[in-house]
Amino acid sequence: MTSLDTQGDPILLEMRSITKEFPGVKALSNVSLRVMAGEIHAICGENGAGKSTLMKVLSGVYGYGSYTGDIVYQAETQQFKDIRASEAAGIVIIHQELALIPELSIMENIFLGNEPTKWGVIDWAEARKRSLELLARVGLREDPDTPIKEIGVGKQQLVEIAKALNKSVRLLILDEPTAALNESDSQHLLDLILGLKGKGITSIIISHKLNEIEQIADEITIIRDGKSIETLNVKRDGVDEDRIIKGMVGRTLESRFPDHEPKIGEVFFEVKDWTVGHPQIQDRLICKGSNFYVRRGEIVGFAGLMGAGRTELARSLFGHSYGRFIKGQVYKDGKQVNLRSVKAAIDAGLGYVTEDRKSLGLNLLDDIKTTTVSAALNKISNYSVVDTRKEFSVAEEYRKSLRTKTPSVEEGVAKLSGGNQQKVVLAKWMFTDPDLLILDEPTRGIDVGAKYEIYGIIQRLANQGKGVIVISSELPELLGLSDRIYTIFEGAITGVLDKNEASQESLMKLMTSARKTA
Amino acid sequence: MNALKKLFGGNTRQFGMIFALVALIVFFQIFTEGRTLTPGNVINLFNGNSYILILAIGMVLVIIAGHIDLSVGSVAAFVGVFVALAMRDWGFPWWAGVLFGLVLGAVIGAWQGFWVAYVGIPAFIVTLAGMLLFRGFNQFVGKSNTIPVPKEFQFLGSGYLPEIGPDTGFNNLTLLLGLIAVAFVIIMSLRARATNKALGADVPELWVEVTKLVLICGAILYATYLFATGRPGTSFPIPGLILAVLVLIYGFIADKTVLGRHVYAVGGNRHAAELSGVQSKKVNFLVMMNMSVLAGLAGMIFVGRSTASGPFDGVGWELDAIAAVFIGGAAVTGGVGTVIGSIVGGLVMAVLNNGLQLLGVGADLTQIIKGLVLLAAVAFDVYNKSQGKRSITGLLMKNFQRNNEIKPDETTSTKEVISKEA
Repeated sequence: MTSLDTQGDPILLEMRSITKEFPGVKALSNVSLRVMAGEIHAICGENGAGKSTLMKVLSGVYGYGSYTGDIVYQAETQQFKDIRASEAAGIVIIHQELALIPELSIMENIFLGNEPTKWGVIDWAEARKRSLELLARVGLREDPDTPIKEIGVGKQQLVEIAKALNKSVRLLILDEPTAALNESDSQHLLDLILGLKGKGITSIIISHKLNEIEQIADEITIIRDGKSIETLNVKRDGVDEDRIIKGMVGRTLESRFPDHEPKIGEVFFEVKDWTVGHPQIQDRLICKGSNFYVRRGEIVGFAGLMGAGRTELARSLFGHSYGRFIKGQVYKDGKQVNLRSVKAAIDAGLGYVTEDRKSLGLNLLDDIKTTTVSAALNKISNYSVVDTRKEFSVAEEYRKSLRTKTPSVEEGVAKLSGGNQQKVVLAKWMFTDPDLLILDEPTRGIDVGAKYEIYGIIQRLANQGKGVIVISSELPELLGLSDRIYTIFEGAITGVLDKNEASQESLMKLMTSARKTA
Repeated sequence: MNALKKLFGGNTRQFGMIFALVALIVFFQIFTEGRTLTPGNVINLFNGNSYILILAIGMVLVIIAGHIDLSVGSVAAFVGVFVALAMRDWGFPWWAGVLFGLVLGAVIGAWQGFWVAYVGIPAFIVTLAGMLLFRGFNQFVGKSNTIPVPKEFQFLGSGYLPEIGPDTGFNNLTLLLGLIAVAFVIIMSLRARATNKALGADVPELWVEVTKLVLICGAILYATYLFATGRPGTSFPIPGLILAVLVLIYGFIADKTVLGRHVYAVGGNRHAAELSGVQSKKVNFLVMMNMSVLAGLAGMIFVGRSTASGPFDGVGWELDAIAAVFIGGAAVTGGVGTVIGSIVGGLVMAVLNNGLQLLGVGADLTQIIKGLVLLAAVAFDVYNKSQGKRSITGLLMKNFQRNNEIKPDETTSTKEVISKEA
């Protein structure tokens, strides 16, 4: 059945010189991947490096014929034409965005598309029996009749795995399985993957959390710019995070941020006792009496785990656009301002670049020029008639100064890459000429080169005497960019560290514990 | 083909629609042995469809904002009956009747806009309720009778530009109007060209521009000739004049004003619009309200044309207006559409209707053909988008056409676009 490599380990999967092209872009070129039976194999690479594309080729999402190269699985060359074909061979992929149906129950989701039947009628008794077994295997204690929408993301991830186990999986592919999970859910999931390994299930895991990879992976394949760079054996090669990063970015960490000499002025923006309730759940607070300030020319970082309330804080400040406002004051240049609507916030000199570019930040139907001016139409209109001449020249100006890569400002924003879309969004807010710009995950989904440029833009804004708040999940980014970093834990600000006293460890401690300093 | 596309700005949708309209007219002109492009028939066509086209103007804004309005026919009938009553029983002069009708339309629109924008009930439901509600009111108030309207009021729906000046064999005012239109078109396009050039934007080649102008002006002049040479007493119809003014106003609003931009923004991505400071509730309210005002106007024009208000005025209008908008290239998911496109869409339907009638095709077959045309027009559009043009439908279709991915790092966009609607 399985062939052996030189050391005698059976090879389960070999992908040989896979090349996949999209119109105008070569997403994968000559990528090779070899996975041993019974191991946990990690794939690392920057966003857009081609990890997900490679997995979609493997699982038949991009069917046979749409790529070149060979897939050898269980010693046979495979030609998966769709997902069904790869699943029949025991390859199951769990996507980053979970493919569960929120209104259906756990049991219905596990058996979706794969329902046990008797005379063509679904055998719910059998389904129930089997789902209880599967849930026990993944360590999820929930009633199989519970609707998916009522359990947390961590548990949903386990349901996905149960669903995969039901398909008698041999090779499990997990795309960013812990991206949306908290610490303990992540740990549980990693333990489960290790447990499955003990039962002979091979896993391929894609993750940005390098510490997790270091913890569970046997081998790591690094992909950069659509090419496979190297495969590392974690134990034999003594791999650590720095080693992985070096492979991923192809250079050392020092050059990730442009040089910047901060010119910090006086405090001009201050928030006091900011308290906001959860939009749906009564009595639950998403911001618990937060106090903070921003000085002119300062880049202030906000660190916190996912769900800690960073975005909630930003959005509630930005015109009360999230949650139920309870109390709190905002002072700008010493005067109290009321930010009751987005418009009021913009007028008061605030700008907010959302974390979710595509669903909250952009109208994907618009072109670059209409997007650029969309938050400050009054600046290019007379008596509410838009001056299209001005519109064009404004957009053109920002295209040049931010070096947005596009044939013309009349191009649709949907056609741009993530980095260029982010530049357009930044242009939109820069054109409102804010005094305080809040950037929520400004480099999410953006490749290294564009990140560097975005950092440069942020520093330029600070140099102009504006205050910039950067919210980010990537601690190295916050450490490299910010002059001062606040930490948030469960809706409360738990501390503030100066650039020179902050480190990943000190931040992490504050991000995961209750209030120590105010 | 490439040269043709250039002529129409490279926009396949507009190109397709205008081409279809011209092809239809030529087709019927041949097969009706020249009975299509006669002054009488063209005037008739405009008179009989102007109210649908007026509705289409309001409807396209509603659809761009991501809603729909099913109540327009009932609202038109409701306004019609009240205005007729006001003039017959309450002693309103005709002009006060018109004003009253517009105000009534605004009040109804405010009612529907309130539920849609501020309570958050889907427009489909609110206007479905409105469709029943206002039809019922029309029949209740009018006691299901017809109520005649005075002569002056009928002018609104069946009047023509008067004969003035020397006897030239043409209707002088119509001629003047045609010439003004030609001058307007030429000046506007030359100005746009100069502006674009000054900004360094792409400018189409000169021959493209000139050919385009010649074609458009030729069409206008030919239409002027037709309208100006009708049988004595007829000329360019008043409903057509109202329509032309509305097209200019609303085309300008949609294209050039802050409010218009906000309508597109709300329909394209409501959340993004709100986070850019757009007051989406206000926009939704205004769009719904505006629709009912135009519905009221359409109702009055229809009453004027048929000389009396009746219990079945405006039945099925909503469907004609919605069809016109979608044939004209709007997207069901909002954010896409143009006023002029909807007018072209409406004219396609009108010409089809008229031509089939001239050919003696029965109402049954006419409906079948219209249904197929609607489907074909939208299918053509969807197909075009799936070939790499950006649009919601295009993105949705991506799932089924794996070779058409735009970019590798955009693999989640389909999902995001879908979730955006939720």
